[in-house]
Amino acid sequence: MKLKQLEGLLGDLQQFSNPKVDLEQYPTGPHIASRMLFTAENSYGDITDKVVADFGCGCGTLSAAAALLDAACVIGFDIDPQSLETATLNAEELEVEIDFVQCDITKLELKGRVVDTVVMNPPFGTRKKGADMEFLSAAMKVASRAVYSLHKTSTREHIKRAALRDFNAKTAEVICELRYDLPKLYKFHKRKEVDIAVDLWRFEPKQK
Amino acid sequence: MRLITHNMLSCNIKGVTNGFPLKIEAEKVIEKEVDFNPDFLRHMFAKIEWKALAEAARSMGYAELPDDSPDAAVIESADETFLRKLHHALLELHLEEGALVCPETGRKFPVNKGIPNMLLHEDEV
Repeated sequence: MKLKQLEGLLGDLQQFSNPKVDLEQYPTGPHIASRMLFTAENSYGDITDKVVADFGCGCGTLSAAAALLDAACVIGFDIDPQSLETATLNAEELEVEIDFVQCDITKLELKGRVVDTVVMNPPFGTRKKGADMEFLSAAMKVASRAVYSLHKTSTREHIKRAALRDFNAKTAEVICELRYDLPKLYKFHKRKEVDIAVDLWRFEPKQK
Repeated sequence: MRLITHNMLSCNIKGVTNGFPLKIEAEKVIEKEVDFNPDFLRHMFAKIEWKALAEAARSMGYAELPDDSPDAAVIESADETFLRKLHHALLELHLEEGALVCPETGRKFPVNKGIPNMLLHEDEV
């Protein structure tokens, strides 16, 4: 599948109809999602024929991208039942198989080494402080091959330090810097849209 | 929910030490065919909890897997019969409605429209 085709398919997905600000529900746009997963597969071989988990999957954009790039199995985890309903519809629409689990991923201990790769666009921690780190910690415990995650560029040094020192990362690399276009989603947003600098990270866990 | 997912879920209620594997109460099971990928299955065999898978498959109405993990020779062999059974159990059986039950506390985690709800109540965290 070509990048443009992937981006096109992801652009047709339904997104949050009633986003919940406390969960920091923001859609992962097709531009970012397609590049993130395309790079994960083309540069690192972390998606095709692998077991991929999407933490905080929301409406399932990253999960859908993984499925479209022929992951052997995709599982999306989210706390919000409405998002999971939308994610289910999206998977049906694309005719891909994705398992969904409703849970608080920061409190769910996943057993074993079944998951190869975790992909995620976690909360940035603007509503619940430290949420970004909790997601990263959880992902690093589960992935056997790699974790791909988006974090604000302003947190770069902090993330690198925590990953290497506390979360068992062998490597922690910023693969690229992206601009995350956030349209005015919530009442408290003053500007019509805003552009946030985010880093796409790739973390490799130490072998267990 | 497919059994590959079930194989990684356990009960995380505070204080529970024996929360794996979750027992399955199956009310509605459907089967959906997906492409057979023998290399992937060989790779998975080394990583999955076999007994949990065999028991779960039986709860879903599929009793073709042996209770005990077969040895590696069976997996490495060119005969795909066994791998096809593993494929079916792991990837083609879907629990649509039912529950996952904690083996220690009996707490039921409902499964609706294929989605298990693993959220804990306040007093369970």
